Amino acid sequence: MDTTKKRLGFWSFVSFGIMALILLFLVYPIFGLMKEAFFTQGSGFTLDAFQKFFSKNYYYQTIGNSFQVSLAVTVISLLLGIPFSYFYTFFQLKGKKLLFVLCLLCTLSAPFIGAYSWILLMGNSGLVTNFLKTFGITGISIYGFGGIVLVQTLKLFPLVVIYMNGAFRDIDNSLMEVAESMGCKGVKRFFKVLMTLTMPTILAAALLVFMRAFADFGTPALIGQGFQTFPVLIYNEYLSENGADFHFAAAISFIAIIVTGVIFLIQKFATNKFSFTMSALHPIEPKEAKGAGGFLMHAFCYLLVAIALVPQIYIINMSFRNYNNSILRPGYSLVNYQKAIQKMLYRSIGNTIVISVVTLAIIIVVAILIAYLVVRKGNVFNNAIDTISMLPYIMPGAVIGISLVIAFNKSPFVLNGTLAIMIIALVIRRMPFTSRSATAAMMKIPESIEEAAVSLGASKLKTLVRITVPMMSSGVISGAVLSWVSIITEMSSGVILYNNKTITLTVSTYNAIVRGTFGVAAVFAAVTTVFTVVCLFIYLKFTKIEDVKL
Amino acid sequence: MSVGIKIKDAVKKYGQNTVIPDLSLNIRNGELFTLLGPSGCGKTTLLRMIAGFNSIEGGEFYFNDKQINTMDPGKRNIGMVFQNYAIFPNMSVRKNVEFGLKTKKVPPETIKEETDKFLKLVHVDQYADRMPDRLSGGQQQRVALARALVIRPDVLLMDEPLSNLDAKLRVEMRTVIKNIQRDVGITTVYVTHDQEEAMAISDRIAVMKDGVIHHCGKPKDIYQRPADLFVATFIGKSNLLKARFLTESGRHYLEFLNGYRVPFEKVLKNAPDQSDVVVSARPEELLVHPAGENAPKEGLRAVISDSVFLGLNTHYFVKLETGEEAEVIQESRIDSLLPPGSKIILTLNVEKANAFDAQTTKSIMEGVNNSTDAPAEAVNGEEG
Repeated sequence: MDTTKKRLGFWSFVSFGIMALILLFLVYPIFGLMKEAFFTQGSGFTLDAFQKFFSKNYYYQTIGNSFQVSLAVTVISLLLGIPFSYFYTFFQLKGKKLLFVLCLLCTLSAPFIGAYSWILLMGNSGLVTNFLKTFGITGISIYGFGGIVLVQTLKLFPLVVIYMNGAFRDIDNSLMEVAESMGCKGVKRFFKVLMTLTMPTILAAALLVFMRAFADFGTPALIGQGFQTFPVLIYNEYLSENGADFHFAAAISFIAIIVTGVIFLIQKFATNKFSFTMSALHPIEPKEAKGAGGFLMHAFCYLLVAIALVPQIYIINMSFRNYNNSILRPGYSLVNYQKAIQKMLYRSIGNTIVISVVTLAIIIVVAILIAYLVVRKGNVFNNAIDTISMLPYIMPGAVIGISLVIAFNKSPFVLNGTLAIMIIALVIRRMPFTSRSATAAMMKIPESIEEAAVSLGASKLKTLVRITVPMMSSGVISGAVLSWVSIITEMSSGVILYNNKTITLTVSTYNAIVRGTFGVAAVFAAVTTVFTVVCLFIYLKFTKIEDVKL
Repeated sequence: MSVGIKIKDAVKKYGQNTVIPDLSLNIRNGELFTLLGPSGCGKTTLLRMIAGFNSIEGGEFYFNDKQINTMDPGKRNIGMVFQNYAIFPNMSVRKNVEFGLKTKKVPPETIKEETDKFLKLVHVDQYADRMPDRLSGGQQQRVALARALVIRPDVLLMDEPLSNLDAKLRVEMRTVIKNIQRDVGITTVYVTHDQEEAMAISDRIAVMKDGVIHHCGKPKDIYQRPADLFVATFIGKSNLLKARFLTESGRHYLEFLNGYRVPFEKVLKNAPDQSDVVVSARPEELLVHPAGENAPKEGLRAVISDSVFLGLNTHYFVKLETGEEAEVIQESRIDSLLPPGSKIILTLNVEKANAFDAQTTKSIMEGVNNSTDAPAEAVNGEEG
C-alpha cells in the first residue's frame, strides 16, 4: 500500500520530531535536575541536599508557608468566586459584559503588578498608609502572609468565576425546577443541588487556583518579606551569595515537583470520583435582581472587581508622578519614562514582543500537531507524547527555569543567555494548556469531514491546512491569545533565565521594584498592563464571552 | 463516467477480529445498490473499503476492470455523502461545492458553471452564499449531495445519509436522492439500517449480517421470498411459527403444533419430508376469523390480548393455542374492534407465507432470487 505508507511516513516523522524535541527540552532537563539534586562531583549519590533542607526550619518551613498561603487563597477564592458566578449566571446583573471583561483583566494581569500596586497603596510609604498615619493609625501593613493572600486571591478568584460560569451554564433549568417541586429551594437548593452538580468544576478550579498560588513567585517575592514561600526559596538559593548553588536549588526544585505532583494526583482522583457529563437543553434563565438583594449582589460583584483592579490603574497614574527613587515628589511629568528608556525600556518591549510572538507560533504549530497525532493517530507512542508534554503542568516556573539552566549551561548544548532559552522555557510552560485546547478542538471535528475532503481529491496536507486547521482555529486561537497574555506577563522562569540582552518587560519591572526605583517600575508595570489590555481585546474579538476558558 | 463495481473475496480484519470473512459482490453500472443490515453488520465497513478509507486485508476490488485495492481515496474518483453530512463549516455553500473542482484544478469558468448547475439540481441555489450553520439538516444534506456529484464521480457512496433527519424529511429526501441518482445515472452504493428506506429507493439490496451477505436481490424478491430466516425477520415484520413439513402422495403440507394442516405447494423439489420448519407469516398473511359458526373448522385458535387502531388497519396482538404469540393486521372495519379476550381463528395465506428449514434457517421455498452477480443491463441502461 504505497500511499498509506507515504502518509504514515509523514506523520511518523512528525511524531519522532516532536518526541525528539520533548526529550531534548523537557525530559533531558528534568533528568539533569534530578542528577544535580542527587549527585555531587565529589561524593557521587548523596542525599545531603535533602538532609540540609529538612534539617533547617528556615528551609522546610517554606513548604508549610506555601501550603498555608495556597490553601487560604484557594478557600477564599472559592468563597468569593462561587457566589460571584452564581449571581452572574442566575440574575440579570447590570453591565454584565463589562463585569466579566474586568474579571478577565484581573486574572490576566501580570502576577506581581497586583503586588506592586498594593505596595504603592499600603506599603511603607504607600498612599493609604500615609493617609492613615495622619490619623495616627499605624501597624497596618501589606507585607507578609495576609498581603500575599490578598493579592493572590484578587488575581485568582476570577478563575473560579470563569470555571463556575461554564459549569452553571451546563445545568439544565429543569433540574432546578425538579428540586423545587420536591421542596428543595433557596439556600438549601444552592448547597444540595447546585454545589453537588458543579463539584467536578469546583475541584478543577480549586486545583488550578492552588497550583497558581503555589507556583507564584512574583507576589511573595515582593511582599512576602520575612514570610518566605517555596518558589522564593528556590530563587534565593539559586542566586545565593556564594554563587549559584545548583545542587541545593535542584533538590528543592525536585521537592517542589513532588509536592505539586501529589496535589495533582489527589485532584485527579477526586474529580474522577465526582465525574459525570451534563448538557443543558433548557439553560438557566437569569432572574431580575431586585430590591435589597439585588443591590447587595451588585455591590458585592462590583466592589470585588474594583478592589482587584483599581490599584493597578493607580500604577498607571504613578508612572507619571515625580519620583526620587522610592521617594514621591509632588507633580507629574514624563521623567520616569525617560529613566525607563535608559533602563532598557525599548529592549524590554522588543524582547517581550519577539519572545511572545515566536513562542506563540511554536506553541500553536506543535499543539496542533500533537492534537492531530493524539486524536487521529492515537497509539502508545503518540499518547506518550501527550502525557509527557503535560508534565510542565505540575512544574512551577522557577523549577523549569532552573532545570533549563542546568541542562544548557554546558556543552553539548549551550543556550544560556540566549533568547532561545527564554522561548523554550515559555513554550514548555504553556504547551500543556494550548495542546489541551487544541486536542479538545480536534475531538470536535468529525473524521468524516477530512474524509470528505480527501474523497474530493485533496491531499492529506491540503486537508490539514485547508479544512482541519481552520476548523480548529477558533478554539486554538482564543486559547493561544490567552497564552500570549500569560507569556507576556510571565516572570518566574524569566527571572532565572534572563540576562541584559534578553531582558523582558516583567523582569525589568521586577528589577526596578527591587532596586527601589518605584517610578521606573511603575512605567514598566504600566506598559505591561497596556500590553495585557490590548491582548485581552484581541482575545475578545475572537471569542464569545460564553466560550471563555482558561 | 459511471462504472460497475466488482468485489471478489473481500476480507476485513481489525487486528485479530475478522469483520468481513469473505464477501463477493457485483454492482452494475448505473445501479442504486443498497447495503442493508443491523448496526455492526459490516455494511459501512464495506462502503469505506470501496471508498478507500478502510484498508483491505484480502480480496480484490475493481471499478470496471481497474483494480483499486491500494488506490488513494482521492484518486478513485468517488463522491461520498456522510451520515453527518461533513459539510466544511468554515466555507460557504458555494465554496463547499467548489472544493472538489478546485482540487482537481478545473478552470474557473467551468467551476462556476458546474457549481451553479448542481446547486440548482439539489435546490439550494438560493442559499449559495450562506454559511452551513445557517442551513437546516435537509439543506445541508442537499449541499453534501451536490458537493459529491459536482466532481462527476464514477461512483457515488452514501453512508446512512438520511439517518440524522426527521421522519418526514427522510421520506422527502429519499425521493430526491432517487430522482437525482436516476437523472445523473451514476452507480451508487447506499448504506442504511432502515429497511423501509432501502425498499423505497434501491434497485437491488444486499442484506448483511456479521459481514456476510444473507440475501442479495430486488426489494420485491427480498420481501416476498427471503433467502433465510434472518432476512425474513429483518425485512418487515414476521410472525415465526413452528411447524412440520410433510409430503403425502405427492402433495406437500404444513402441519402446525396444534395439528392444523394446510397444503403448501410452492416449495423446492428437494425439500426434505417430515422436517421441522419455521413458518414466517407477515401480519397480513394471517387471516382473522372471529370464532363462531361462520369460522373455518381448521385453523389456529387464538385469543386477542391487545389491539392498536391505526386508521386504515388495525393491529391485533394475539396469543395462539400453541402458546406462541403473533401480530396480525386486519383492515379496520366500521362496526367495532375485536375487544381483548375475543376468541378468533387464524388461517394462513399459503401463497405468500414462507417456510424455513429449522436447522439451517434457509428457505425451502421455490422462487428465491438470491445472487450477488450483477443482473443483465436494464432495458434503458447504457453500456458501462
